[in-house]
Amino acid sequence: MAPDKYYKSQHVVSQGPLGSFWSKLAHGFAPPIMEGDFCPVNFSGSHGVSIKISKLNKSFGATHVLKDIDLIIEPGETFSIIGPSGTGKSLLLKHIVKLEKADSGQILINDHDVNEPQDKNLPRNFRYSMVFQSSALFNSLTVGENVGLWLRENRIYGEVRIRRIIREKLRLVGLAGKEEMRTEELSGGMKKRVAIARSLAMEPDLILYDEPTAELDPVTSDELARVIMSLKEKVKLTTIIVSHDLNFALYLSDRVAMMHGGEIIAIGTPSEIKKSQNPIVRNFIYTTTKGIKGEGD
Amino acid sequence: MIRFITFIGSKLLNVAQGLGEMLALFCETVYYFKEAPRNLPSIFRQMNLIGVGTLPIAMLVALFVGMVLSVQTGTQLALYGTQEAIGAIVGMSMVKELGPVMTSLLVAGRVGSAMAAEVGAMQVYEEIDALKTLEISPVRYLAMPRLIACLFTVPALVSFAIVVGIIGGGVVAEVNPKINVPFTVYYDNMIRALTYKEIFKGLLKAMVFGGIIAHVGCYVGFKTTGGARGIGESTTRSVVLSFLLIMVANYFLTRFMI
Ligand SMILES: Nc1ncnc2c1ncn2[C@@H]1O[C@H](COP(=O)(O)OP(=O)(O)OP(=O)(O)O)[C@@H](O)[C@H]1O
Ligand SMILES: [Mg+2]
Repeated sequence: MAPDKYYKSQHVVSQGPLGSFWSKLAHGFAPPIMEGDFCPVNFSGSHGVSIKISKLNKSFGATHVLKDIDLIIEPGETFSIIGPSGTGKSLLLKHIVKLEKADSGQILINDHDVNEPQDKNLPRNFRYSMVFQSSALFNSLTVGENVGLWLRENRIYGEVRIRRIIREKLRLVGLAGKEEMRTEELSGGMKKRVAIARSLAMEPDLILYDEPTAELDPVTSDELARVIMSLKEKVKLTTIIVSHDLNFALYLSDRVAMMHGGEIIAIGTPSEIKKSQNPIVRNFIYTTTKGIKGEGD
Repeated sequence: MIRFITFIGSKLLNVAQGLGEMLALFCETVYYFKEAPRNLPSIFRQMNLIGVGTLPIAMLVALFVGMVLSVQTGTQLALYGTQEAIGAIVGMSMVKELGPVMTSLLVAGRVGSAMAAEVGAMQVYEEIDALKTLEISPVRYLAMPRLIACLFTVPALVSFAIVVGIIGGGVVAEVNPKINVPFTVYYDNMIRALTYKEIFKGLLKAMVFGGIIAHVGCYVGFKTTGGARGIGESTTRSVVLSFLLIMVANYFLTRFMI
């Protein structure tokens, strides 16, 4: 197909005398924002954000999906949301990243309402990114282009630097050297990992994972857990994880919330959740096939 | 009775809302024209898809349209011995109506539907949502390159179609024993009738139709809901809607450019 050919040719000639022309063409003759090592986006001071959700309600027609959600997430926290299928976990994440608009209630990120337009004079003070449950990779692009899309489209770095970042992020999720693969050649778990790499390429201050381990094997899940842990130590970003993988969620998180029927019915540290006396929580956690081992029994 | 009125009313409201949304999307797309330079690669890719991909079939269609036009009118004119005028008639019809309209309908069926399906699939599979979280405007990334590509490519296709149609008509006029107009006569006659103004009007029409095709394709795509079935419905809807809008626009453009 044409896009392939275009990018291939750009690869080949980018070293020659025509190279600068092609890369200029690829960047639409716009002046690069970044010359040398200057960068328009503050990458060094990545910092966790606080999230405050109050009285959030959302209905679709007659079905009331989210009911009076109240939630406070501290800066730098790793927070998990667990709960049965169809209770509105994904929907809650979409509200946080402004993809859905609530019927009532408020979401404050760093004490700023997400639905109010940001003051144009202030520099944008945080970045968020979301790993979708369905991965949502761009079909027309290769793996590498998917990962580098944000960097390229927003002119964050020059082409060489972007390639290096793509390589690095793909290695982080265990897909080193797969840049040129097409998305339809990937398995479900590989897609998820590319989606994670794409989110990580933004160096976000807030990252939301929707079922990050749903299609991963145990070893890759472990690897992902390590990546999330090290990010937390290095960058101190705020992480929200929605997962059915209880061991994964309880192992990684500082705090866990359990959603049921559109409400948050329990919230606490992993050990508090494990000790919870709430029958719904106990019932959800101590299942035979997917749950965790009961303590003392 | 009241229910009937409510039904009509809600339909009218839906139409009004749809038109409003289309207008809003159009304004936003045009607003992003200022970002066109940095999306040049994807504009070229779209032009390639629309133009190069449609060219053979568009020329084939135009050829036969020109030929049938020539046969039909030529034989009628021959009854009164005025078949010399055939060049002017074929030329004018191709430039003013058949070239732009036939080619645009072809592009709407071939490219507009594909756009609606592609954008619709992206909508259904959350890719549009993903774009938004990557701080990329879907309108800038998807709609703007398609609109620009169509605005330029459809007139180009139409010019090819016009030329081919005229040649087809000329060949038939020369070869068909009932008409029997030499190509030079046909050509002189046509050149005398055609003015730059007419050609410009024809291409302007083509440009408007091209805009309609891309815009409808993207709008319908963005509005897609409901899984794979929804994508199928969007494809059909985009074709129907752009056919309709092209025909309506054709009338008004013709009316006000005469
Ligand atoms: N766009 C929509 N239109 C109508 N209903 C919706 C829409 N999005 C979500 N819902 C409804 O909201 C409810 C919650 O959906 P959501 O995807 O958030 O569930 P979930 O908790 O993420 O489940 P899972 O664990 O299976 O992913 C579902 O019952 C669904 O029917
Ligand atoms: Mg979900």
